[in-house]
Amino acid sequence: MSRLDINTPDRAQLVVDQLYHDMERRIIASGPGLCPVDMSLNFLTMCHAQTCGKCSPCRIGLGQLATIMRDILDGKGKMQDLDTLEKTANIIVNTASCTIGTHAASLVLSGLKGFREDYEEHIKHHRCLGNMEQPVPCVALCPAKVDVPGYIALIREGRPADAVRLIRKDNPFPVACGYVCEHPCEARCRRNMLDDAINIRGLKRFACDTAGEVPQPACAPATGKQIAIVGGGPGGLSCAYYLALMGHKVTIFEKQKHLGGMLRYGIPSYRFPRELLEGEINSILSLGIDVHLETTVGQDVSFADLKRDYDCLYLAIGAHTDKKTGIDGEDSHGVYSAVEVLRQIGDDIYPDYRGKKVVIIGGGNVAMDVTRSAIRYGADSVTCVYRRRQQDMTALPEEVEGAIAEGAELLTMYAPVRIESDADGNVTALIAQKQLTGLIKNNRPSLMPDEVEETRIPADVIVEAIGQGIDSRAFEAAGVPVYHGTIQALSDSRLGDAHMDGVFAGGDCVTGPASAIRAIAAGKVAAANIDEHLGFNHEITVDVDIPEPRLDDQPPHARVNTTEQEANIRKHNFDCIECGMTEKGAMAESSRCLRCDHFGFGIFKGGRHTKW
Amino acid sequence: MVTLTINDTVITVPEGTTILKACNIAGHPVPSLCYWEGLNEIGACRICIVEVEGVDHLVPACIDPVQEGMVVRTNSPRVRVARRTNLQLILSQHNCECPTCVRNGNCMLQRIAYELNVHDNPFPKDLPAFDWDMTSPLIRDASKCIKCMRCIQVCDKITSLNIWDLAGTGSRVTVNVSHNRTIGEADCSYCGQCITHCPTGALQARDDTNKVLDALADPDIVTVVQVAPSVRVSWAEELGMDAEVFSTPKMVGVLKEIGFDYVFDTNFGADLTIMEEATEFAERFTHRDQYKWPMFTSCCPGWVRFLKSNYPEMTDNLSSAKSPMQMFGAVCKSYFAKKAGIDPHKICMISVMPCVAKKAECALEPMRDACGDPDVDIVITTREFTRMIRADHIQIDNIEDAEFDSPLGESTGAAVIFGTTGGVMDAALRTAYYFITGENPDADDFTEVRDTQFGEGRQATFNIPGAGEVRIAVASGLGHARKLLDAIKAGKASYDFVEIMACPGGCVGGGGQPIVDGIDLNVYRGASLWHIDRNMDIRFSHENPEIQALYKDYLGKPCGDKAHHLLHTNHHDWQMPQHVSDK
Repeated sequence: MSRLDINTPDRAQLVVDQLYHDMERRIIASGPGLCPVDMSLNFLTMCHAQTCGKCSPCRIGLGQLATIMRDILDGKGKMQDLDTLEKTANIIVNTASCTIGTHAASLVLSGLKGFREDYEEHIKHHRCLGNMEQPVPCVALCPAKVDVPGYIALIREGRPADAVRLIRKDNPFPVACGYVCEHPCEARCRRNMLDDAINIRGLKRFACDTAGEVPQPACAPATGKQIAIVGGGPGGLSCAYYLALMGHKVTIFEKQKHLGGMLRYGIPSYRFPRELLEGEINSILSLGIDVHLETTVGQDVSFADLKRDYDCLYLAIGAHTDKKTGIDGEDSHGVYSAVEVLRQIGDDIYPDYRGKKVVIIGGGNVAMDVTRSAIRYGADSVTCVYRRRQQDMTALPEEVEGAIAEGAELLTMYAPVRIESDADGNVTALIAQKQLTGLIKNNRPSLMPDEVEETRIPADVIVEAIGQGIDSRAFEAAGVPVYHGTIQALSDSRLGDAHMDGVFAGGDCVTGPASAIRAIAAGKVAAANIDEHLGFNHEITVDVDIPEPRLDDQPPHARVNTTEQEANIRKHNFDCIECGMTEKGAMAESSRCLRCDHFGFGIFKGGRHTKW
Repeated sequence: MVTLTINDTVITVPEGTTILKACNIAGHPVPSLCYWEGLNEIGACRICIVEVEGVDHLVPACIDPVQEGMVVRTNSPRVRVARRTNLQLILSQHNCECPTCVRNGNCMLQRIAYELNVHDNPFPKDLPAFDWDMTSPLIRDASKCIKCMRCIQVCDKITSLNIWDLAGTGSRVTVNVSHNRTIGEADCSYCGQCITHCPTGALQARDDTNKVLDALADPDIVTVVQVAPSVRVSWAEELGMDAEVFSTPKMVGVLKEIGFDYVFDTNFGADLTIMEEATEFAERFTHRDQYKWPMFTSCCPGWVRFLKSNYPEMTDNLSSAKSPMQMFGAVCKSYFAKKAGIDPHKICMISVMPCVAKKAECALEPMRDACGDPDVDIVITTREFTRMIRADHIQIDNIEDAEFDSPLGESTGAAVIFGTTGGVMDAALRTAYYFITGENPDADDFTEVRDTQFGEGRQATFNIPGAGEVRIAVASGLGHARKLLDAIKAGKASYDFVEIMACPGGCVGGGGQPIVDGIDLNVYRGASLWHIDRNMDIRFSHENPEIQALYKDYLGKPCGDKAHHLLHTNHHDWQMPQHVSDK
């Protein structure tokens, strides 16, 4: 017997550790619609396997909870079982010695509250409310329901133009989404079970980069119906695109000098080159869409006139006003909002930050866009101040990392207190208070000031990027239902109000600031429902045949990521920082697709929707 | 063309051919279970797996297409073990009470277990409990369901009713009535296509043969049986009979051997239906503005259920004429009972039908017009009839041919074609033409209505001198019916008279017909009916002498008061659950 030993994990433990990782990935890939009671039971069984066995409530109680839940699932449950479950779980929470037991029982309690109706359906009717309605995870999670396996298969077969045509069936912005989509499609990719999600956005960009010019399909015969669209962002343009394809006459009213909305006035050109945006918009307009730029509804044209002169209206005004921090000194010279800065850049009026210290307040994607733009406009230093932790930032992690690589200073856990200015009212510094994380509420830590002095962050320019609002006043005044600034529309994009028959709304102005793909999806939904409202049933479809899947085995294969230009070089220009995939990379990546449209449930039901 | 090697046989097949088909062509057939060509090609059971050189995993032959240079092994050691194991897994969740199963001897699972030489199972039994209303005409035994999904597919793709769907998730996934409804709450047409496409005994029509045996055993009861047109061309399929002994007189002889007191023909009811429906059509057609258009046939109870639940606003377009079976029942318990001097309450009226929906139709509350009792007491399917023959060990070769009894046994060529799509329309046009013009057309003047290959249906226009153009449409299979109705609703099509039958091909493809896995025999059965029509002496319903006698002695004129009371119905007198998307 030695006095001390060095612990080395045995082989079984190493394998189990790997299995933990496998299960983590599997949970990531868990699709929507599964029975919550069944999932809950299986989580509980895993928790029970972790019990050390010392304390009776955990050792015995968790097993008894599982038995009751299993009986309920097997159709042998009674309503009083729910009381027994709740009481027993509470006792385990109150009496188990350590977190292994208390936490496991609390998961059961969460379920009893969160999906009690599922429990009751099993007990009363011996049936389940869960079902597999969305067999292809990427398609299910894409707001616009783009046929992802279809276009990946086309890319693999060397048919990028067909891939673009297939994407356009559901999303007229393949290029924009190839460059800047937040790609919710990748979140639950079944490939996660094996290694990692498919790089769907990267493949889409490859298709667009290599397809050349892809002509738009022909429009249906003219219907004689006229539709006005307020707002020429991705949502308004998408709605216009599909309505034009259906044969309706569409006119867009845009407040700004250029179309594109946040794709132009929010996203910097180093992420999405301006000429590509313009090319894509021109392609959409080639269907014969009329545009009135610099036309503000409520000023240049009244809502009532539009409502009278057009058969239908779609409101897609986005969320373009800035939100203020409300701290002292906010009105000093040199304090701007991110919206202002990015709008000027969008109109080709560029700020000169040479020799200046720039401080950005905020932690979202817009904050990162301003941060990285400021670096490119020659700022001496750029500091991004955020009151929470880096992992709490809503910006995409790669955006944050990109900013840091380009030389931005990230000052997290500092809350802005006031803005200091000189006698002329020019900003000199941001005063911030260091924060401490506290209890977690709603999955975010609450904050409290730490016991240290305020920090002075010298600044010549301060940009507040803490969110955007919606300028819906003109519409509210005209009777459009508005609640706290957001336009109130139903899930079919109609305004519920009887006086507003024929008026539809969607995108950021209804949901609050979201993403391009959600606005695109909203435009598509509105187009379908406007068409139906006008008494038509035009079907949007495309004559692209989808390649049969290959029989290849699918060994684990690392995801092919796109790379970026070197930070030291890219930070001096506005060239696109992302390097697209090469042909070799795209072939490797597209061959990783598991073709859920064919394998598994997809071949039976829901694998492909060829029209809408 | 693609060239590949299957078990050392080199074969060239068209591009897109499945491995399964290529194997069959090459003479190396691969067993399959869930597969049904054109309907269910989903690779669910994994019985048809084969080994493809260069691919590690085993490949389901039914869904994957051949590729150039592919080398396939249908019986490699890996395939043998995997196929056997997958079958054992399926068997572990199947209630193998084969001796007492209605599909004993005609079950794909049983056949494959036999073929694959599987007679043990290392996996313990794991059978689900289930609730089902066993009084329903359509019965689902969850413990026999192998989740092949054929029922879901046939109801979605052929019938368009989406009655079946997967229920639950994870290990408890099963098939059940969609949207968490019970079968009674659903707008099921009871067409029974799910039953004839089920590989096992999981789906079956309620067995009513014991009720028939009870009636036969009761000396106080007079048993009267009627046989639907299409039964005469399918009843002996499962008995291994030659086509020669497959005749109607032989069938009548068998029914007499079983012991029915009177053996009558639903064809008589069909002729009667034509008299009423053609009269009704002539009346509607000559008073167009008083009626909704088009007029729909009403003889198929699956179709009537479908229309009432999915297009309730078009219910008044249905002819008010009852189906031939119900007309027959009403006449049997009135006219025949009186004529034969039998107390109608002592008659047990039994129907042999190719149909499951008929079991529901005869139980409808309004169908009691003759004496207050149900006009038809028991409906058995063709399959139940076959089982009764088998149970009695009747040696068909030894049975003498026999004729239907009189006075409800005589029928025409126009009646026998009720059993196939287009037949009702053809028969109705023959007599409507006569009613309007006073002259018979040629019995083969309306061949355009005969969709003998059972596609999407037929549309045609016929000129009836003195009345004008009659625009007709014919469709079978409720999915085709839905397309037609949607076109009518959208104003894209316009007809005067429309015949719909719920089952593909009409009653010859009925849900109560004998089951042959993977094959639709309805085309052959339909051709036999047209053949019988061509060889009949009388091919016009209005020329049936027994029908003429019935009107002369009892009913008066077609659509007259008495006829209206016994032979017509108000389709609003009973309710259907509404289609789920209309709720």
